[in-house]
Amino acid sequence: MTTSKVTSFFFVRLRDFMLAYLTLILVCQLAGELVVGALALPVPGPVLGMLLLFMILMLLGKIPERLDQTANGLLQSMSLLFVPAGTGVMLHFKLLGEALLPLSLALVFSTLATIVVTARLMQWLGKEPVDE
Amino acid sequence: MNSLQDTWVYLSATPLFHLTMTLVAFQVANFAFEKAGRNPLLNPVLGAVLLLVAMLLITQTDYATYFEGAQFVHFLLGPATVALAVPLYRQWHQVRRSAWAITASVLAGSLTAILTAIATAWIMGGSLPILASLAPKSVTAPVAMAIAEELDGLPSLTAVLVIVTGIFGAMFGPSVLNLIGVRDWRARGLAMGTASHGIGTARALQTNETAGAFSGLAMGLNALATALLLPIIWGVLVGLLSI
Repeated sequence: MTTSKVTSFFFVRLRDFMLAYLTLILVCQLAGELVVGALALPVPGPVLGMLLLFMILMLLGKIPERLDQTANGLLQSMSLLFVPAGTGVMLHFKLLGEALLPLSLALVFSTLATIVVTARLMQWLGKEPVDE
Repeated sequence: MNSLQDTWVYLSATPLFHLTMTLVAFQVANFAFEKAGRNPLLNPVLGAVLLLVAMLLITQTDYATYFEGAQFVHFLLGPATVALAVPLYRQWHQVRRSAWAITASVLAGSLTAILTAIATAWIMGGSLPILASLAPKSVTAPVAMAIAEELDGLPSLTAVLVIVTGIFGAMFGPSVLNLIGVRDWRARGLAMGTASHGIGTARALQTNETAGAFSGLAMGLNALATALLLPIIWGVLVGLLSI
C-alpha cells in the first residue's frame, strides 16, 4: 500500500471504529478535568465532560451509531464500576462501628425522604410526558 | 506442588488477579440477583463488595494491594459518566419542556438530603466531623469528598457513606416509588439520581432509558447544588449550634 492509501485507510475507516468514539469520550473527560482544575469549579471533571459531549451531539444533530454502541457498553456495566470504591468500606470498619446508629439512621431516613420529595414534586410540577 | 505455590504467589501479586476477582465477584452477585428475580436485597454491587471484603480479609490482603488491580475498573467511572450524555441527548425533548420542574425538584431534593441527614445524625448524637462527613452523602463521590474536606469532615469516610447511600437507594428506591404511586419515569429517574447519584443512575438505566437519562441529569445538578449550598448551610448551622 502507498502512503496515501495507508493514511486514507486510517482516517476514513477509523470513523466507523468504536475506538474512535472511546477516544472522543476520553477527550471530553480530559477537557472537563482541565477546565475544572483551571477554574476551580465545584463540579467533577467527568460531569463537565458529559456536558461537552452533549454539546457535540447537539452540533451533530444525531447520535452516531458507533458512539451509541460504545456509550451503551459503558452504561450497561455501570453498576460494576462502583465495586472497587465500595470495597473501600473495609478501611472504615472501626469508625463505622463507633457511629453506627447516627450514621445508619440518618442515611436511611435521609435517602428515603430525598426520593419521596424529589419524585412527588416532579410528578406535581412536570407537564404530561410526551409519547411514553 | 512448589511450582504451583510459586505461581500462586506470583499471580496474587499482579494487578490481573484482583481485577479478575472484581469481575468474577460481580458476575456471581449479578447472577444471584437475576436468578432471584432482581430481588433488591441481593443488590449486585452490595453482593460483590461483600464477597470481595470477605476474600480480602481471609487472604489478609490490604485494600491498597487490591486497588492496584481494581483501579482499571474504577477508572471507567469517568468515561461512563461522560457517556451519560447519550441518553440525555436522546431524552432532550422531554428535559427541555420541563426544565423548571426539573430544577425545582432537584433543588428541593438536594435540600432535603442535606437537612434530614444533618438533623437525624445530630439528634442521634453524632459528632461534628461525623455530621460533616455525612451531609454530602447523596452526591457523586469526587464532589462529596471535596465538600467534606471543606467542612472539616473525613473525606475517606464520606466516600464510604456515598457508596452505601447509593446502594441503599438503588435497593429500596424503586419499591418506595411504587409504594407512593409515582409511575412517571422522569420523576422516578430524577429521584434516583438526586438521592443516590451514579449507583441510582445505573439502577435506573437497567429499567428504563428515560429514567436513566433523568437520573444522570439529576446526579449532575445535585452535585452542583450541594457544592454551592452545603457550605453556606453548614456555616449557618454551626453558628446556631455553638450559640
